[in-house]
Amino acid sequence: MSTLTTDRQDERLQNRDGLRGALADVIERARGGDLGVIPVVVGLVVIWTVLQVLNPIFLSSANLVNLTLESAAVGIIALGIVCVLLVGQIDLSVGSVSGLSGAVLAVLFVGEGLPVWLAVAASVVMGAVIGWVYGQLFNRFGVPSFVITLAGLLAFLGLQLYVLGTKGSINLPFDSGLVNFAQLDFVPAWLSYTFAVIAAVWLFDSGYLHARERRRAGLSARGVSTLALRSVALLAVLAFVVWYLGQTRGVGWMFVFFVALVLIMHYLLSRTKWGRAVYAVGGNVEAARRAGINVKAIYTSVFVLCSTFAAVGGILAAARLAAANQSSGSGDVNLNAIAAAVIGGTSLFGGRGTAFGALLGIIVIQSISSGLTLLNLDSSIRFVVTGAVLLLAVIVDSVSRRSRTSHGRA
Amino acid sequence: MDVLTLRGISKTFGAVAALTGIDLDVAAGQVVAVVGDNGAGKSTLVKILSGVHPPDSGTITFEGNEVEIPTPAAAHKLGIATVFQDLALCENLNVIQNLFLGQEIRPLRLNDVAMETRSWELLRQLSAKIPSVRVPVAALSGGQRQTVAIARSLLGDPKIIILDEPTAALGVAQTAEVLNLVERLRENGLGVIMISHNMADVKAVADTVAVLRLGRNNGVFDVSEVTTEDIIAAITGATDNAVSRRAQKGTPS
Repeated sequence: MSTLTTDRQDERLQNRDGLRGALADVIERARGGDLGVIPVVVGLVVIWTVLQVLNPIFLSSANLVNLTLESAAVGIIALGIVCVLLVGQIDLSVGSVSGLSGAVLAVLFVGEGLPVWLAVAASVVMGAVIGWVYGQLFNRFGVPSFVITLAGLLAFLGLQLYVLGTKGSINLPFDSGLVNFAQLDFVPAWLSYTFAVIAAVWLFDSGYLHARERRRAGLSARGVSTLALRSVALLAVLAFVVWYLGQTRGVGWMFVFFVALVLIMHYLLSRTKWGRAVYAVGGNVEAARRAGINVKAIYTSVFVLCSTFAAVGGILAAARLAAANQSSGSGDVNLNAIAAAVIGGTSLFGGRGTAFGALLGIIVIQSISSGLTLLNLDSSIRFVVTGAVLLLAVIVDSVSRRSRTSHGRA
Repeated sequence: MDVLTLRGISKTFGAVAALTGIDLDVAAGQVVAVVGDNGAGKSTLVKILSGVHPPDSGTITFEGNEVEIPTPAAAHKLGIATVFQDLALCENLNVIQNLFLGQEIRPLRLNDVAMETRSWELLRQLSAKIPSVRVPVAALSGGQRQTVAIARSLLGDPKIIILDEPTAALGVAQTAEVLNLVERLRENGLGVIMISHNMADVKAVADTVAVLRLGRNNGVFDVSEVTTEDIIAAITGATDNAVSRRAQKGTPS
């Protein structure tokens, strides 16, 4: 190499360039316990293989379309859980809040005859208010979030039953836009491919501009070939997904909405000051406080986000079912959302995880659920299997954390 | 003209009086070493100045105005930067993220290129031996972490820099670098408060030495006119009786 960039001048650095270098970096990081998404992807391949062998319908287009639609509601809830886990806290009440949100929506929309947008807005605002109250309780009284939200779990379940009244179930009309959105609205094929192309072009473009800026500043940067290959790979994967799902109904708008929220959260977490603060609070609260970060505001913002996402997830779940009833948001919704976040690589110890983890995690969870349903297995077995996978994910988290500490990557 | 003046600062934790009636003056371009035995209240004093704990009583005057420092953000805003003994770094974040924590460039669309360039500038200025700024701080040695922490304190163009045991974890060369850096800070007209146990460091760079003993002032000395023995006597409390005080008055060293 002729001249070394500013960030590569130390002789102890192993300078790796190009594709082979990128691959070597990944392997080394994984050895050091920085596993990233590797365990999820491996787990997903294993789960899909096993389920496909057990029931050939599993990987059919129709079933996968269903899987994406089923993923969206709980996936959005898991996205909120990722944020809370990043600051090292937990919200156990997301299931109840989602159920309450669905119930409030149904009562306002069907019972009171309000316009649908107003009912949706009211439910979302209610979610935000719940999160704000959690934040206040947490900041003012220092009660562990575990306990606050456990109380919330019970209280909001009660409120949900009260709101639904004696009937216990309210149907949403099928001709409402909301139910359409959750059940019947699919992205036309041409638009799906356009989205795929836009994503690939955008990935290349932003990568290229960033690399150029870095080179101008005298820093090392990714080469054009690496960037191009990355974009082509993304395009190939997306195009294949769109094509395969397009064999039957295609990509649902609800799933697109979920992915859009994941992308927005990814941006907020990785590219804004707020996101940095979230990771800092999760890594070392005292350091964050001394760096002048308003730690209380960060906690509040994260609780608000989590409850708001729970409310949005509850609305979509109600729309998907075309009804809100007493069991909305109960049972496994809570644990599925938390499991999805953890399986997606979000550490329970705080400060580690990504928004994409929610997407990957919920696909794992929904795959198990859908596969076991296809096998006509009782929900008892589904609970046991989901529980076992969650335990496995937490063990991977703990072991990789220990490995990170010994390899200096904590 | 003193940049920072403390008068009668007191702080108690429960039944323990950590600080009682502390006075301290720091001028621009002056290095004040604060020394004292374990439990003398040095770290508490640092925490009060950096806004971690508010004082129970007493006044803080900064650039001629009486101020309160209720939060770390307020300290930053005034221009008081602190490098803590425990460094207060986030191990899960990399060097750049730690350097700019709480003062990122372009909050809504982080400018990581500018931050990385500036990080290298700062680290070069400190002759820091850090191989890469994109590794998590967890991967750095104690000395490297100290350097990162000092570099961070310089970001906001502070008027006063507080260094809490800056050389305690450093190797020989890095200690010398830090001491050089302290002198450079003084040349740039900053006031430096250096907490230290190391008398050699204190004698090497400090202008005045303020001794704390059991949470109280126990003398302020001009470094050029005091011996290490005198400082140690003040720290350990050997001057705590009238006879030795008279003896000291009688025989100026």
